Amino acid sequence: MSERCPVPLLWPRMAHSARRDSPELPDFSLLKRLARDQLVYLLEQLPGKKDLFIEADLMSPLDRIANVSTLKEHEVDKLYKVEYKPITSTSDQLCFLIRPRIKTVKWICDVANADKATGKFRRYKIIFTPQKFYACEAVLEEQGIFGDVTTDEWAFYLLPLDDDIISLELPEFFRDNFLAGDQRWVRTAGSALHLLHSLYGPFSKVYGIGRCSKMAYESWREQVAEGEQRTRQAEIGRVFLIDRDVDFVTPLCSQVVYEGLVDDIFRIKCGCVEFGPDVTSDKSVKVMLNSQDKVFNEIRNEHFSNVFGFLSQKARNLQTAYDKRRGMDIKQMKTFVSEELKGLKQEHRLLSLHIGASESIMKKKTKQDFQELLKTEHSLLEGFEIRECISFIEEHINRQVSMIQSLRLLCLLSITENGLMPKDYRSLKAQYLQSYGVDHLLTFANLRHLGLLVEQQPGETLTVMESKVGKLVNDKTAGKLTDAFSSLARKSNFRALSRRLNLVPKSGEEYDLRVPRDMAYIFSGAYVPLSCKLIEQVLERDGWTGLEEVTKLLNGNEFAVTGSNGADSKAKNDAQRIILVMFLGGCTFSEISALRFLGREKGYKFIVVATAITNSSRLLESLLDNHV
Amino acid sequence: MAFITANWNPLGEAFYRKTELYEMCWNLRDGLRDCLVAAAPYGGPIALLREPHRRSPSSRPQLEIYSASGVSITSFPWKSGPVVQLGWTVSDELLCIQEDGSVLIYDVFGSFKRHFSMGQEVVQSQVLEAKVFHSPYGTGVAIVTGSSRFTLATNIDDLKLRRLPEVPGLRGRPSCWVVLTQDRQTKVLLSTGPELYILDNTSCTAVCPPGFGPQAGSIVHMSVSFSYKYLALFTDTGHVWTGSSHLQDKLSEVDTKKSTPPKQMVWCRRPKSQQPSVVLMWDRLLMVAGVCNDTIQFPMEDQCVLVGELDGVRIISSTNQELLQEVPLVCQDIFKIASMAPGALLLEAHREYEKSSQKADEYLREIKEQSMLGEAVRQCVEAAGHEYDTNTQKSLLRAASFGKCFLTDFSPDPFVSTCRELRVLNAVRESDVGLPLTYTQFKQMTLQVLIDRLVYRQFYPLAIEICRYLKIPDYQGVSRVLKHWASCKVQQKDLSDEAIARAVCVKVGDSPGVSYSHIAAKAYECGRTELAIKLLDFEARSGEQVPLLLKMKRSQLALSKAVESGDTDLVYTVVTYLKNEMNRGDFFMTLRNQPVALSLYRQFCKLQEQETLKDLYNQDDDHQELANYYVTASYREKRLDSRLSLLQSAVDEYNKAKNEFSAKATEDEMRLLRFQRKLDDEKGAGLLGLSLQATMEALLALGLHKQAEQLYRDFRVPDKRYWWLKLKSLAEKEEWEELEKFSKSKKSPIGYLAFVEVCMKCNNKYEAKKYVSKVTPEQKVKAHLAISDLEGAADVAIEHKNESEMAAVLSRCSASDRSLIDRLNRARASVAKK
Repeated sequence: MSERCPVPLLWPRMAHSARRDSPELPDFSLLKRLARDQLVYLLEQLPGKKDLFIEADLMSPLDRIANVSTLKEHEVDKLYKVEYKPITSTSDQLCFLIRPRIKTVKWICDVANADKATGKFRRYKIIFTPQKFYACEAVLEEQGIFGDVTTDEWAFYLLPLDDDIISLELPEFFRDNFLAGDQRWVRTAGSALHLLHSLYGPFSKVYGIGRCSKMAYESWREQVAEGEQRTRQAEIGRVFLIDRDVDFVTPLCSQVVYEGLVDDIFRIKCGCVEFGPDVTSDKSVKVMLNSQDKVFNEIRNEHFSNVFGFLSQKARNLQTAYDKRRGMDIKQMKTFVSEELKGLKQEHRLLSLHIGASESIMKKKTKQDFQELLKTEHSLLEGFEIRECISFIEEHINRQVSMIQSLRLLCLLSITENGLMPKDYRSLKAQYLQSYGVDHLLTFANLRHLGLLVEQQPGETLTVMESKVGKLVNDKTAGKLTDAFSSLARKSNFRALSRRLNLVPKSGEEYDLRVPRDMAYIFSGAYVPLSCKLIEQVLERDGWTGLEEVTKLLNGNEFAVTGSNGADSKAKNDAQRIILVMFLGGCTFSEISALRFLGREKGYKFIVVATAITNSSRLLESLLDNHV
Repeated sequence: MAFITANWNPLGEAFYRKTELYEMCWNLRDGLRDCLVAAAPYGGPIALLREPHRRSPSSRPQLEIYSASGVSITSFPWKSGPVVQLGWTVSDELLCIQEDGSVLIYDVFGSFKRHFSMGQEVVQSQVLEAKVFHSPYGTGVAIVTGSSRFTLATNIDDLKLRRLPEVPGLRGRPSCWVVLTQDRQTKVLLSTGPELYILDNTSCTAVCPPGFGPQAGSIVHMSVSFSYKYLALFTDTGHVWTGSSHLQDKLSEVDTKKSTPPKQMVWCRRPKSQQPSVVLMWDRLLMVAGVCNDTIQFPMEDQCVLVGELDGVRIISSTNQELLQEVPLVCQDIFKIASMAPGALLLEAHREYEKSSQKADEYLREIKEQSMLGEAVRQCVEAAGHEYDTNTQKSLLRAASFGKCFLTDFSPDPFVSTCRELRVLNAVRESDVGLPLTYTQFKQMTLQVLIDRLVYRQFYPLAIEICRYLKIPDYQGVSRVLKHWASCKVQQKDLSDEAIARAVCVKVGDSPGVSYSHIAAKAYECGRTELAIKLLDFEARSGEQVPLLLKMKRSQLALSKAVESGDTDLVYTVVTYLKNEMNRGDFFMTLRNQPVALSLYRQFCKLQEQETLKDLYNQDDDHQELANYYVTASYREKRLDSRLSLLQSAVDEYNKAKNEFSAKATEDEMRLLRFQRKLDDEKGAGLLGLSLQATMEALLALGLHKQAEQLYRDFRVPDKRYWWLKLKSLAEKEEWEELEKFSKSKKSPIGYLAFVEVCMKCNNKYEAKKYVSKVTPEQKVKAHLAISDLEGAADVAIEHKNESEMAAVLSRCSASDRSLIDRLNRARASVAKK
């Protein structure tokens, strides 16, 4: 809302009634400046004109850091996207800005070797970001061009997407770490944390859950120990690390909060969305979605059912503001034009965009089948009418509604039911393969590996067995046994967790989505996201005490560590209420909305750091192994 | 106190004083006679080689090393060849230059470090004379051989031998020579008697010092100053010529009235002094010859050795050691008799103050009137630094502290730091440590180097004390000392591995900056692998352990440590290493025990070495993964038969993995592929690679109903799926008759609402209506609504007396449907009543 808006906002703002004493967020634009300065420095290491090749998925992040003219200022001649094809550049200096991926390095080797074969001499420089891996250098060596290229690292770990969202822009983190068991990015996460710590720390308390979180924490501690200590005023007091595989349910649910919906439908890329003609009824436009967009900022966390009401109210306000012109004298008109009109125009433009987007969403989402989809999801979360849900999913597969959506429902079913009955497992899988091809056998193997879609063990379930064993032998052996079981197949204990943490409110109660009671509002009051609930509980208890049962169900690996400077943690109260939450493996916009809500309720400010922004589609797409 | 100037001797405008440093702790039977002596500058150690020319195996010469105060450090019989010259390097290592040109290097404790040779030809011609010299590049060695040729090594740590050009007319040894370092070049200045030559890399140039008349005689001794700036030449007529070493200016020429050449001639000069002098030593006489043409003469009773220092000359005899230096200016100012310098007055004032005399006030007033109190304090502080006697230091510092009380804005820093530094200096000057450093030398040397020297001499506790006292950050201070201590400790052969490891751990603990891997590397160097492994266990950063473990061939351990470190680069390094070191079987077995390393390697293989990946799964009997591998591979295969054979392999592996479901699915896929191929060949349908569903869709679209039917039966496609498919396909092709026939073929497994909806989707209300009657009662309202038949919907809803159905109809009503709305509302009300 513009400051100068002459009409008081009529829309009820219950969801926004922030506590007055909320602390200020630290300024993260520093991260951008640091990254830009380092990039400029690296470019200058290769003096003279050069062509720059940029890895496709680095284009958008790079754009947020340095625009084309900045690059041109530092003698970048032409810009190319890495396309794994022979190159057409004629420059005698080539600079490659890439992620440390073997595939890309191999391509660069091909480029260099092709030049060699034609007797062309060029200088090559590879800038790996955020770091280089030994494996990449090994490839250079193997391909015999290690001596021909210079390599560098651009420590661009963190991209601030918004005032309270920072992304590592590493979507492959999820698959590499959780599926392939490749821990190469753990250190990256540790370094990112270290960077934040050295700029905005020292952190006085770190909580976490998950194996990867623990390792990232340890990697960070190690880096802290190696570097020198500085004592300064902390801007961020507490940190919470969480693995994505602690909570798969939340990202698999359909998002119904505006920002999440926009991401689900239009795909927000690096804080920017492209609205097509169906929204703009003109040509496509790219829109930055962040707190700078005043209209968006007020609806991003709203349940979709509220958005239209808000937007129409807003439109009326705008009209009133325009109408003010009538009856103005020349002087007043002049002030109006110079001071207010531009703001109003801007607001007008944004408003019409979001109204267009909402209409487009409405068209897709208010249909019968979407309502039924939501109903099925809610039933799964509640654990009612499972048979009906299974038939719904079956029909979904048979009618080939959507490859990813079907998979999503299957996973949701498996997690909430602690695995599928063998008969269902087989028949649903067989039908899915018929629909989408047998290559999805590999996809299913991946999903099973992650524990996302599994078959129930015949006979007794693990939980029963465990509790029996637990009674028989002492705790230590039981712990070991539990470990052994959990390594067999990561089982989900959603039902038990849901009961213990009260994640699913009793159905039948009215839930006024305009006046959210709790974080469940982000899922229409049907489910409190597990990840956010854990954060709430741990912050409230200042640790995991009292949550032993819960952590046991989550396969342990929880920790809570007080920093070395625990003494002054009381003194700087403001920093204590700034909490950095790091999602290893990605985080959804719905979770961010939930945390914003929690922050407003409790007087915290949350900063979300994610390896990438994810949603159900991205999550599942990264696990596909079909080769279509 | 009053006698502080008693040992001052005037020379020109300057004063020279001799201060006793030590009563030597050694007990030399024959004094310094018949000895090769080398004493390192900056109060370094002293090496003695008695009777160096004894060669019989029965009585070998003895090499002895002492601290500057004469405390014996080590002593051992010299078993190598005859030694021509001893010398110390800048890092206090002893160089023993032998006749055959080989140079042996020992540390201060007499343990042999290494050796090098000054050239092959020297073995023949032998070294006649040798000199050790220091330059900015390090320590150098120069020799002159029996064939009258000079060879230079500027830096023994980066050995490059340079053989200098021949000197015309030189036979045997020159009468005297020195090494000069000028303009970043090292040269030799030599005299053959009447002639003086400069010898550099390429040429030999005759030179003549300015103002050096032919009557002066021939040069028999020469000396260059500590800084290489000044040169002194002694002629056979007893004249000492002094001038710049560039041979451009002359400073003075003094007649010593001595006809024999001195045994030693050394420059004695305080940095920045305008009054340098040369100290000459004969058997019974020590003479200081200043540039002012004046001399001081000291009688001598004993054989002595002169050691040139930065700011003076140390005189070592068999019984004591003295420092001869020009009295620093500030000390002159304060202690000169009847001095009225502010410092002198302040000292006096303080003295009176201690006597409780009111004169103190008078003196103070006098200083203050000239507003020189600050200067007075500064002088006292500075002078204290230059005084060797602790009582003098104290009285000067007390006076300074006294004076400071009357100043308001005087920075205490110089005072505090001087006090601290003097305390350190006094501690290292103690006889049992024996580093007689002057304040000037200390400043030049820096504290870091001093601590290094103490560490090198193994004065660990003192070094640690100093670090703590001066509050040096742990990284540069205590930790560094501990690191050296531990590295030294692991070399103690008489202690068990266990004992050493424990001792190291107790002392070092987790001091920041001490790397256990570094200590372990030292232990490994000394051949104590077990100890090294024990020590590595203390290393907190597992990343640091890995390289050493690899070096020690503990590859398994290295791998698990690398995995622990969480640093995948490190894991990968070890994996690559192992891959090259081990045979394939062992390599795979090793990986098998390390899942993290294995998955990393798998990731790499997926991108780089597909074949290896297969071997890896084979080795592990991982049939499931192997099968998945074959499935993946089949997609890369263009030709159908190779694709089928890969899929067959996958089927076999799935069977082995007891994954019947996947085996069956893969077999189905093979069947489907063959079927598709057949149809493609027959009808050019372009089906290959499509999913079952897509294939059926395509067949239906092509009107190949029979074939679609066949697939439906063969692949046991669920009825529902097939019905949906056929329904949609027929509707899309607008084959309404066919559709109606189909709907009647049997009872629809998907109900008839689907028919209504699909028809509506194709905008055919007429066809849609046909199916409304067949819809089950529960869905009837929906069906009517689907075809926008509000009346019909309302009828059914009212008939059902179902409130929610009525509401659904109502929600679709517009204002024009007045009567309908009323009807529904009435019905609703009556339902509600019941």
